[in-house]
Amino acid sequence: MSSNQEGTAVHVHRDDLGAKIGMWLFLFTEVLLFGGMFLVYAFYRIQHADHFRVAAMELDTGIGTLNTIILLTSSLTVALAIAAIQKGNRFFSVLMINLTLIFAVMFMVNKYFEWSAKISHGIYPGSNVMLELPNGQILFFGLYYVMTGLHALHVVIGVVILGVMLIQLMKKKITQDNHVKLENAGLYWHLVDLIWIFLFPLFYLIQ
Amino acid sequence: MANGKDTVAENFYNQSTNKHTGILSWLLTVDHKRIGLMYLYAILTFFVVGVIIGLLMRLELIAPGRQLMDAQTYNALFTLHGVIMIFLFIIPGLPAIFGNFFLPIQLGARDVAFPRLNLLSFYVYLAGAFLALLSLFLPGGPIDTGWTFYIPYSVRSTTNVSLAIFAAFVLGFSSILTGINFVTTVHRLRAPGMTFFKMPLFIWATYATAWIQIIATPVIGITILLVMVERAFGVGIFDPALGGDPILFQHMFWIYSHPAVYIMILPAMGVVSEIIPTFVRRTIFGYKAIAISSLAIAFVGYLVWAHHMFTSGMSDTARWIFSLLTFIVALPSGVKVFNWVATMYKGSIDPKPPFLWVMNFIFLFSIGGLTGLVLGSLATDIHLHDTYFVVAHFHYVMFGGTGTIFFAALHYWFPKMFGKMYNDRLARIAVVLFFVGFNLLYFPKFILGYMGMPRRYYDYLPQFEPLQFVSTVGSWILAGTIFFIIGYLIHALLKGKKATSNPWGGVTLEWHIPSPPPLENFKEIPTVTHEPYDFSQLKEMKDE
Repeated sequence: MSSNQEGTAVHVHRDDLGAKIGMWLFLFTEVLLFGGMFLVYAFYRIQHADHFRVAAMELDTGIGTLNTIILLTSSLTVALAIAAIQKGNRFFSVLMINLTLIFAVMFMVNKYFEWSAKISHGIYPGSNVMLELPNGQILFFGLYYVMTGLHALHVVIGVVILGVMLIQLMKKKITQDNHVKLENAGLYWHLVDLIWIFLFPLFYLIQ
Repeated sequence: MANGKDTVAENFYNQSTNKHTGILSWLLTVDHKRIGLMYLYAILTFFVVGVIIGLLMRLELIAPGRQLMDAQTYNALFTLHGVIMIFLFIIPGLPAIFGNFFLPIQLGARDVAFPRLNLLSFYVYLAGAFLALLSLFLPGGPIDTGWTFYIPYSVRSTTNVSLAIFAAFVLGFSSILTGINFVTTVHRLRAPGMTFFKMPLFIWATYATAWIQIIATPVIGITILLVMVERAFGVGIFDPALGGDPILFQHMFWIYSHPAVYIMILPAMGVVSEIIPTFVRRTIFGYKAIAISSLAIAFVGYLVWAHHMFTSGMSDTARWIFSLLTFIVALPSGVKVFNWVATMYKGSIDPKPPFLWVMNFIFLFSIGGLTGLVLGSLATDIHLHDTYFVVAHFHYVMFGGTGTIFFAALHYWFPKMFGKMYNDRLARIAVVLFFVGFNLLYFPKFILGYMGMPRRYYDYLPQFEPLQFVSTVGSWILAGTIFFIIGYLIHALLKGKKATSNPWGGVTLEWHIPSPPPLENFKEIPTVTHEPYDFSQLKEMKDE
């Protein structure tokens, strides 16, 4: 059994297009995951249109708009980070990733204040205040917590991924001609953004 | 390695992809063949566990009244049998084992597109299996909802539902990763000359399966998450007391779980399309029809989910539409069966064990498929819904279909995977025993169901006893056969004759390379010039 070959190098091959196909397929599954939620939302919205409208008044459109602006801007910065590394400007790329991370944290902080305000008003699943509301409103808030919660989870995952990218960028593992990882991380971040773009009107704007 | 003899033995068993030797060279490998084999060992283990649980259930049902367990244990057992067999055996079975091992080889590639992701999905699979097992032993007790986790009981049950369904979520994630890997592999790593319509049909089937895995699995993912959230926080999405709708759960569940049935059967159909040409020495009849019917099944299969819910109180319009679509999905399956049979016409049939397994499959699967139509039509379904008839139909399609082909694939590719031949006579005996045991076990269930025996019942009326008894005897024969098969295959592994590189006279790419294959499959990536089942190549292959 001594015929071990040189080892790890054997299987390494690089296929940037393949990596991107894989990432797009993965994003597709994410869209379907949230698609299931949007389906549920649509179903109950049709059943309880009036209650949904009343419940939506409770949400703070201002804070929602702020978060939308923050996320959209962070999509811009992540795109700039990719453009920068393509042009070989590592410093600017690192800067932009850092900015993206700061925006992500700002988003989560806003979310935290928004949720804790709701909870201090007694609006959370299973609370006495909630149980006295009509069914449609209970469902609205239930969906609100589940859908924005799942989205927030994706923001956290995105932060972890971008953090790893940042380290690789600084260690020069992501370079001008090998940056498909960063591009894929950027795609993931755009997806997180995209889903918010749908969540925002469904919960905050239709009032 | 001085003399020429030893260099022949260079194969993936003694070539590691990492710096380790021994067990770590397996656990950390990124070689698709080793990963496929690790899947084989894990899946086979869970399969045996599922078989044993099935045996216990049959034993309990041998006579009315309590035999060896109480009703709650029985509820846990049929749930576990379903969860293990579906999520741990049938869904990953063919794609993860044989897809992993043979998809890259048949494409003329050195590995899958993402080898490390491939290893990750194996460990995600193991983690899911571990969670499922863990849920048995934690306080609360094993899940007792049935594998469909229907609301509202799955929210009310005090057993470890959350952990068990989270296990299903994790297993689904593994399935998605494998699907992504295979789709990308097919698009990016085909050998030069391997156009889409020169791909072997097993690849077509695996490709269609991979797409269903990608498209359908996220829906069950979110559904399961919602049940967990419902149990933890009581948000009310599925709870009628808070305005939710339990029927919505059924829709969401079947939007995945019906296409999942095609995740289970399509790769099996692909294997059949491999085995038949090899043993009749003829190119497959209607290659394009079979290839495209795989995609058609994948597509139409997505639109028939509500035929599981004909008695749930849907509108009549919805019911007849879903019934119609269910009949339509039978068409591409029929196309395949007719093409397989037509391939044999005027062929030079060589009934080796893998071919006999396929014959077994065509017979059992046809019964399963046709009884599916009985259930797909509204009037008969009202009578037969939730009876043993459904159980029998499901087992004929899944076990008689996919399960049989699991053994067919194992017998067909065993020489290639392990480099050893098994005993031909024992294998033939096993096919016959399997056929007898299978029909004894499941055919009485059609009759029982027709007589009104409901599924999942712990106890039954005395008039059902004779048939229940026959069924239990069948389970002994069937389980005995399975252990017999595993036994002689292990024996072959240890003491079997060496296999040549092409023991059956197949022409797809895996038969062009040594058995077992070397680490990177091909010395040089081949250029494909022939149609996939062009047997005129056999002559040149002998000179290779």
